[in-house]
Amino acid sequence: MGLIKKVPVYIEKFPGGGILTTSLDYVLSQSRASSLWYLLFGTACCAIELMATGASRYDFDRLGMIFRASPRQSDLIIAAGTITKKMSPRLRLLYDQMSQPRYVIAMGGCTVKGGPFYYDSYSVEKGIDHIVPVDVYIPGCPPRPESLLEGCLTLQKKIKKEKIADWS
Amino acid sequence: MELANIFKYLYQSLANSGLPQVWVDIIALVAAGLIVFGVLAVIALFLVWWERKVSAHIQQRFGPMRTGWHGVLQTIADAIKLIQKEDITPTNVDRPVFYWAPIIAFVAAFLAYIAIPFGKGLIVSDLNIGILFIIAITTFTIISLLMAGWGSNNKYALLGGMRSAAQVVSYEVPMVVSILPIILFAGTLSMVEIVEAQAKIYQWFIFRVPFGPIAFIIYIIAGTAETNRTPFDLPEAEQELVAGFNVEYSGMKFAMFFLAEFVNMFTVCAIATTLFLGGWQGPFLPSWVWFLGKTLVLVFLLMWFRWTYPRLRVDQLMEFSWKFLVPLSFANLIIAGFMKHSKWFNW
Repeated sequence: MGLIKKVPVYIEKFPGGGILTTSLDYVLSQSRASSLWYLLFGTACCAIELMATGASRYDFDRLGMIFRASPRQSDLIIAAGTITKKMSPRLRLLYDQMSQPRYVIAMGGCTVKGGPFYYDSYSVEKGIDHIVPVDVYIPGCPPRPESLLEGCLTLQKKIKKEKIADWS
Repeated sequence: MELANIFKYLYQSLANSGLPQVWVDIIALVAAGLIVFGVLAVIALFLVWWERKVSAHIQQRFGPMRTGWHGVLQTIADAIKLIQKEDITPTNVDRPVFYWAPIIAFVAAFLAYIAIPFGKGLIVSDLNIGILFIIAITTFTIISLLMAGWGSNNKYALLGGMRSAAQVVSYEVPMVVSILPIILFAGTLSMVEIVEAQAKIYQWFIFRVPFGPIAFIIYIIAGTAETNRTPFDLPEAEQELVAGFNVEYSGMKFAMFFLAEFVNMFTVCAIATTLFLGGWQGPFLPSWVWFLGKTLVLVFLLMWFRWTYPRLRVDQLMEFSWKFLVPLSFANLIIAGFMKHSKWFNW
């Protein structure tokens, strides 16, 4: 990745190079934002809302989002539902198996901060940001499909702002 | 507006430019290969988008809407994203096998188009063993799926690859036997001559009752199974096998499998068009429009299958092939032989 980070810096020094890098940035980030393939990963009741959002009435495919069963081919992990202490290593493993660039949405109260019902449970992870870096938090118990769509749009906005030079 | 005339003119002007004949031929072949590759890549990208729209409308959804007008740029966005993705090679894979599997799938999918006529005179090379060559080449896809399954060092991928090999081998038999009556009546293996044997609409092989429609139905069913599409998509059954043979592939390697699958689907439909629906023949419009139109109608039929029927079990799949399709196709061949011999049905 080192070379990719340096090349735009050199190109920008040429006259007109800025136009090239910004339009390249635009195309790359726009395409990343408009084809977020999410991993099939649902651990509790939020997964029902996730399925509802993927189904006909709300239709994730409008945003270009389709599910992939394999973490190797997905860009986004929507952590839908309670992550217990026993589940958290699996979540980390799935996240590590995904190929970069990868994004995480924490869906529902349990993944944001341990949840409204399990906040004092010994077995529940108090927020998945202890395990994986989270891009967008969606509160709710469970959040309605509208709020999940809003969260995905927020993630798209965030991705569209990314530049090649920020890649790690 | 025949495209063949343009290519003929270009070839003539190249031949008259004073280059040695060897170089003219080499340049013409490379150009033909690049044109076929480009056209098919665009067709495959279009088909992915179309499949998503067809599936969406069958399920009362809209499908991709945000990327371009009704999501027409969706597959381009997907392709650019897949290029950007990290290319993971897991630690314990069989590296050369893992690396070459998508490339072989890709090449095998495109090689069949050497002998498929896109229109009148629009063929890379009119081989006199055309259909035999195509059947032999498209079978290469199994090798790549087996390689992907074996090389991934993953139990789901291996199961998917093995299932796919078993399935493709069993459906290859009815597919080839269903093509034989056509070859019997056309009297040739060359794709161009098979099309020319169907000059009038009543001469199309699908309309030659009784063997034509039966052969067409068997061919379409076997072709659906060959391309691993629902209701025969056992190699990639999500519920059982995660994603099947391509479970460990990411980024561009996965995209190559994906493109190869859609090109294979187009190949099956293009062969069906050439053998049964009169190929490029049709009034008024240019020949390549007729060919593309007929092929896309068949592609739509395959998509319709995919989003309407549930998946078969493995034993049902095998029983359907060996106990029903194979005897039926052989019976069909015998009927066609009698018809050819009796001279009553000499169109």
